[in-house]
Amino acid sequence: MTLFIEQCLNGLQFGLLLFLLAAGLTLVFGIMDLVNLAHGSLYMIGAYFAATFAAWTGSFVLGAILALLATLLVGMVVEVVVMRRIYGRDHLDHVLATFGLILFFDEAVRLIWGPAGLSLSLPPWLSAPVQILPGVNYSAYRLAVIVVTLAVAGFLYVLVMRTRIGMLIRAGASNREMVGALGVNIKLLYTLVFGLGAALAGLAGLMQAPILTVQIGMGENIVILAFVITVIGGIGSIRGALVAALLVGFIDTLGRAFFPDILRMLLSKEAAATLAPALSSMLIYLLMAVVLVVKPEGLFSAGNK
Amino acid sequence: MRPALNFRTIVTVVLIAALVLLPLYTGLSGNRFLLTLFTRIVIMALAAVSLNLMLGYGGMMSFGHAAYLGIGGYAVGILAHEGVLNGFVQWPVALAASALFALVIGALSLRTRGVYFIMITLAFAQMTYYTFAGLARYGGDDGLTIYKRSQFVAPIDLSNKTQFYYICLALLFGAIYLVWRLTNSRFGMAIQGARSNDIRMRAIGFPTYRYRLVCFVIAGTLCGLAGALLANQNDFVSPSIMYWTRSGDLIIMVVLGGMATPFGPVIGAVALLVLEEALSGITEYWQIILGPLLLLVVLFARGGIDGLLARADSKVRS
Repeated sequence: MTLFIEQCLNGLQFGLLLFLLAAGLTLVFGIMDLVNLAHGSLYMIGAYFAATFAAWTGSFVLGAILALLATLLVGMVVEVVVMRRIYGRDHLDHVLATFGLILFFDEAVRLIWGPAGLSLSLPPWLSAPVQILPGVNYSAYRLAVIVVTLAVAGFLYVLVMRTRIGMLIRAGASNREMVGALGVNIKLLYTLVFGLGAALAGLAGLMQAPILTVQIGMGENIVILAFVITVIGGIGSIRGALVAALLVGFIDTLGRAFFPDILRMLLSKEAAATLAPALSSMLIYLLMAVVLVVKPEGLFSAGNK
Repeated sequence: MRPALNFRTIVTVVLIAALVLLPLYTGLSGNRFLLTLFTRIVIMALAAVSLNLMLGYGGMMSFGHAAYLGIGGYAVGILAHEGVLNGFVQWPVALAASALFALVIGALSLRTRGVYFIMITLAFAQMTYYTFAGLARYGGDDGLTIYKRSQFVAPIDLSNKTQFYYICLALLFGAIYLVWRLTNSRFGMAIQGARSNDIRMRAIGFPTYRYRLVCFVIAGTLCGLAGALLANQNDFVSPSIMYWTRSGDLIIMVVLGGMATPFGPVIGAVALLVLEEALSGITEYWQIILGPLLLLVVLFARGGIDGLLARADSKVRS
């Protein structure tokens, strides 16, 4: 039972983290109609920045804040230098251009930080486990991640639905020319949105950094999960991204934790041991396949695309 | 009619001649490395040709094409591991497995369009990657060594490097011919029609979903053949041959060479792999050059190398 609660919380934490990535991806796609494969690179850069700045300043929180700002800046620079030129192009061009960016970023990171991974250690007040229920301890850091991501999700909701900027973002998504004609600096708006997406990816990366090793290619594996989430949730829908991210987070975490045991009950021990790792990593893709059969546009399709 | 002698034709003919005569050169100079490199290039070109059928002619932006390389490769690898060495068994199984896989993936993915399709094909390819990485019996992450190449009847010997190269080359030319015949048939016209205007094609009575699916399966099967060849060339197969960057490489080859042209993918495969080889000779960090180069191609060289040649031709003529 303790294990189950713990794994549920892990699933929640992973799902919320995936939400940060998927939200940025879906925001950029919904508003700029841009397929950004290099989203995972920004996640990786966020983690590398956090590890570096935390080592420089000696403070985890300060390092995280600096890393967030730096990733925002990198995102805005990428938008101005590259992305701005490919809006309105074919999606294939987006795929190729951002694939080129991935190669560039991966190699740049290898050049700057070297091929070996970095690690980011936690301050003592975050690394100790806390008691959440009588007899059930849980990592304080993972709890903190849950709280931060929930706060960010709330912030995103208020930003997009309740502020003037959010209104402009939504207006820009439905009719770019009209918003521009009304005197809004749509270029700047796009740069800001892309920067926001980058910062969200960077935040996800830096929060994952103490849990995993910071290494090259770390973004690529997780960004594919973010793609799966945007497809399940419906591209362009932040609400869909949240629901799908939680779904994927739970299924992936619980699947890896308990699926081998379930399989062992059904099959022979050897068969289960052979199949379990392969099958449990397939679960979320099966979920995606089922969603596609039932609703090809995703669960919460934004409808305007 | 276009004049017969133009840059496009010259480059194509020179490339074909070079590919055919290459073993002569490597035999005389004793440069075995070049033959190995070009065997790989020819195999990847075959995979690119298959992707071009669906991406260039069919307009289906699959980002998971390397999965079929893996399926074809693992079919050979697993059968060899289990003691089935006969190529007449291995290769048909490789083709059938890729076709079946493409049928399932295609049937699901083709329900969607545009960016969904890109992401779904990518996700399914990654699923395949993780599945094979999880198969501990067949090497898992570390891959599977193939101790004996596929066995065929007497004169055919895949261990003979020159012979293997020519087999790959013959299959590549066969695939190009097949794609050329297909795209000029009624089927190919329907596929290309669906690429430019799907709704209109359906309105005049073409079940475009089925046409697309058949195209998807043919492309997957051809790529599975490339996978079987690749496994034989490397004497090894590992999940990394279907990692998503491989799918990206294949797309680059097609776009770089020129989409929806019969020889474009071959030109693209030669260009990309030779460039990679050359850049990695200059610096260890060659991808830092390749990445921005790719960006420049996207931004400024529309239509790829074939497009550049065509533009050069029209300049000469005017």
